[in-house]
Amino acid sequence: MPEDTTVEPLELDALWVYLSGSPLVALTLTLACYLLARELFDRCGRFALLNPVLVSVTVLVGLLHLVDIPYAQYFDGAQFVHFLLGPATVALALPLYRELPVLRRHWLPIGVALCVGLVVTLVSTLLIARLSGLDDVLQRSIAAKSVTAPVAMGISERIGGVPSLTAVFAILTGVFGAVAAVPLLSLLKVHDDAARGLSIGLVAHGIGTARAFDIGERAGAYAGLAMALSAMVSAVALPLLAAAFAAGLG
Amino acid sequence: MSILRGFTILLVLQLLGEVLSRWLALPVPGPVVGLALLLCVLVVRPALARHVDGASDALLAHLSLLFIPAGVGVLVHIDRLDGALAGVALTLGVSTLLGMAVTALTLQRLMRGRTTRDTPPSGTEG
Repeated sequence: MPEDTTVEPLELDALWVYLSGSPLVALTLTLACYLLARELFDRCGRFALLNPVLVSVTVLVGLLHLVDIPYAQYFDGAQFVHFLLGPATVALALPLYRELPVLRRHWLPIGVALCVGLVVTLVSTLLIARLSGLDDVLQRSIAAKSVTAPVAMGISERIGGVPSLTAVFAILTGVFGAVAAVPLLSLLKVHDDAARGLSIGLVAHGIGTARAFDIGERAGAYAGLAMALSAMVSAVALPLLAAAFAAGLG
Repeated sequence: MSILRGFTILLVLQLLGEVLSRWLALPVPGPVVGLALLLCVLVVRPALARHVDGASDALLAHLSLLFIPAGVGVLVHIDRLDGALAGVALTLGVSTLLGMAVTALTLQRLMRGRTTRDTPPSGTEG
């Protein structure tokens, strides 16, 4: 039968078309990359540059490029993982609840550190963006970069930025903060888990909070607290600050 | 079974948060409102904690995983920044390091003499 020779490659082809269209491939790749990256991170003494998010994302981008799967198609499958960010954010209440007795006792120093850190982060972002010659739209888009992505996009829209660009800046900031956190804080001789977690969550929101949970549950609790409060305060303060900035320096 | 129950509680609170956020036009998204709601619920009913801690710990143990799909999206769009890459890197990098350093040092200075530890430190990282 002459067809026999051509049937097999055709079937493989059809199988690939079928598989790459189902969520299975994207999900499997995402989980496998993460587990391998996690293993690598732990085996290499948690070397900062081998951050699991950074490594997984880099490997996945390479793989998708190699097998020619467009991002939209990848996200069709990966969205099941992405969806869990919602319940995980709600779950941050639990470590916070466990830490509540300590928070109650030291609410003042923690509150002051949060306020000072927020002001420095927001003002330095606006100032450096302007000094480094970013155009007006980019300046407005980058202003909320230390805020968790969904809130950052809302702020960006309100102050005249491009929300999708802001999401990119927020994630880049999160990854950078997660990578730089432990080296920087060790250099500054900050060894208390509360101070470590709070500062990581404040500037590097969710991705930083994930990194803080690797340090320990207490660090994670403080990071989650800083992330949530920074989101709430930034949502109210940034539009005012951006307007003042435009009026004062423009 | 208990993980499933915990997960359902988390989803219910996220849903409530989502509804409140839209309804009251709050500037923060549903999950963050859900976080605040769950914290209030736990304060009022501490017994609820043991129903949610299994699901919460499972989700938070692999929080990094959940950022990967969005992270892949970023590298796909990175070429939109072509000309401004240096300025963007400078802004992100410097303000992130500065904000982190100032927050950590401020808290450390204010806490001198006090302690935030009820238990020994959990971290072993240098």
